[in-house]
Amino acid sequence: MSSFQGSARYIADDGLLADVNAAVVLGRPLLVKGEPGTGKTVLAAAVAESLGMSAATWSIKSTTKAVEGLYTYDVVQRLNDARFGEGDVRDIRRYIRYGVLGKAFVAPERTVVLIDEIDKADLEFPNDLLRELDEMAFHIPELDETVRAVHRPVVIITSNAEKELPDAFLRRCVFHYIAFPDRERMKKIVDVHLPGLPEKLLEAAFSRFYGLRRLEGLRKRPSTSELLDWLTVLVRAGIPPEDVMAKFPFPGVLLKQEADLDVAKIRR
Amino acid sequence: MLLNLLFNLRNQGLKVGSGEWLAFLRGLELGLAESLDQLYYLARTVLVHTEAHYDAFDVAFKATFDGVELPAPLKDELSTWLANARQLEEGRVGHHDFDSLEAMRKELEKRLAEQKERHDGGNHWVGTGGTSPFGNSGKADQGIRIGGEGGGRTAVAVAGERRWAGYRTDVQLDVRDFKVALSMLRRFGREGAEHLDIEGTIDKTAKNAGEIELDIKRERINRVRLVLLMDTGGSMEPNAALVSRLFTAAKQLKTFKTFEAWHFHNCPYQWLYSDYRTFQRKPTAQVLDDLTAQHRVVWVGDASMAPWELFQGAGWGEPGPTGLQWLQRFSQRCPSSIWLNPDPERYWDHPTVRAIGATVPMFPLTVDGLRRGMQRLRVAS
Repeated sequence: MSSFQGSARYIADDGLLADVNAAVVLGRPLLVKGEPGTGKTVLAAAVAESLGMSAATWSIKSTTKAVEGLYTYDVVQRLNDARFGEGDVRDIRRYIRYGVLGKAFVAPERTVVLIDEIDKADLEFPNDLLRELDEMAFHIPELDETVRAVHRPVVIITSNAEKELPDAFLRRCVFHYIAFPDRERMKKIVDVHLPGLPEKLLEAAFSRFYGLRRLEGLRKRPSTSELLDWLTVLVRAGIPPEDVMAKFPFPGVLLKQEADLDVAKIRR
Repeated sequence: MLLNLLFNLRNQGLKVGSGEWLAFLRGLELGLAESLDQLYYLARTVLVHTEAHYDAFDVAFKATFDGVELPAPLKDELSTWLANARQLEEGRVGHHDFDSLEAMRKELEKRLAEQKERHDGGNHWVGTGGTSPFGNSGKADQGIRIGGEGGGRTAVAVAGERRWAGYRTDVQLDVRDFKVALSMLRRFGREGAEHLDIEGTIDKTAKNAGEIELDIKRERINRVRLVLLMDTGGSMEPNAALVSRLFTAAKQLKTFKTFEAWHFHNCPYQWLYSDYRTFQRKPTAQVLDDLTAQHRVVWVGDASMAPWELFQGAGWGEPGPTGLQWLQRFSQRCPSSIWLNPDPERYWDHPTVRAIGATVPMFPLTVDGLRRGMQRLRVAS
């Protein structure tokens, strides 16, 4: 089996590579946590690309129910068909629609499934998926049939830790925490997105950026995507590296909250 | 060796279940750990479920593998082991009758647990040469050898850096951690305004063969009422920032049906203060009167004071119940009460801390402590 090596646009460290491969080989879901902007969501696409699999995303909202990822039974369509005499309403199968996980189970090839922001859902949500993720199978009572995964999909789950996930769920996952990139790795990341920036500008911007992240009392610490935006703005505006340190131009790109701007000003 | 890791993890308070341990062994079997570095990542990803435990894992890992010579690549080790296992499974090796890989693994663990010293050339203990199915032939001198060179930076060195120390939840706390823990305190009841549930109506109507059936629901409202009582000033001064973060979190959360906060010094006496600086206060008896059994009461304080302040004093020389009596009244009225103590548990051996702990269940003011406290508040109702 080929293994995940990161991709041209996705810079992963050894730990992440090892953990993704463990998840792939063991067939267990990979739970990824980390600060916003550390690349949790794009990981799945990078894994899929690297392993040559197709990927599907199941974005979780507060109202999402576990069964929706498996299948939905379109009662309303069936009722409609029964009233207006379209199609064969006796065949319930026609009204069963697979969800993202369900599709991955029946797919003829192994695929990657991203369950994005699982902590957005109700507290019971992870529990409702326990058996399904463990056995990679689910039952459809309407048909009295069990759908079993042809190939265990590579399941990647992201969480922002808004809610605690139940222990039983955690035990069935392999876990990775994406640490915030250090300067060295950040340089590689920036290089992928904005190649060829002058060294001096990067140094100055990084000093400012990591300095801000160390400040006590910020409500939202700036993350990778804000740094990339900020660098883009600095380059467009042609700000010289000296001014980046001395004047702190365009602070609003890095700090999105009024209060944080004040904190940054006072403690400068 | 691997079993040592399991014990060291347990010593660090990481509860590794058998399911995870087997998954870890299976990972080894599938060749996921060909070097010590990879072993480190495999063990961590399978056995640890939160970044808060990464540091404890590092400590356990270093304790297990530090100072271990690493001559043979782990890959050879495991493939030898597994080749043996496969032969055994097929019954080609006669004199050790394991009927399955599982049985052999169990035996290996047993022997590792029993073995205390070096063994060479024997046929039972895990060691070198000899005819034991476990160990290494020639170079090794104890246990299953874990080898791994590569890159110069070994996993033990990485573990020794303690890079994750800042993520321990028994140490660090911010508003967000508090919010996550506090949001465990939810008990929903449908008692809000009525509204028509369209989805539900369509569903019911469809199931009812098209006869309209209305589905009217009430909004879900968290029924939990929270009361926060905080010790302020004096020996609590160093903890002021921590306590204020807890207060901020509870206030911002807005999920409680009601939330009130009171201050006291050392122990509650006749008065509770809504604001110490302006001396806005309310008689404690009145606050107590307004409480119901449904209220969850959270005390925050170091609980250490001069014994007379708890057992005799009624505060500021006024007559009335002692501090401990007030606490008992609160606990009787609101059985769901906890006390959060910002002092580390090793300082709890103090007469007033013990007395208060006996009245109100006490937990350390850490994320883990808070979580345990919240669980206590959840079940005790």
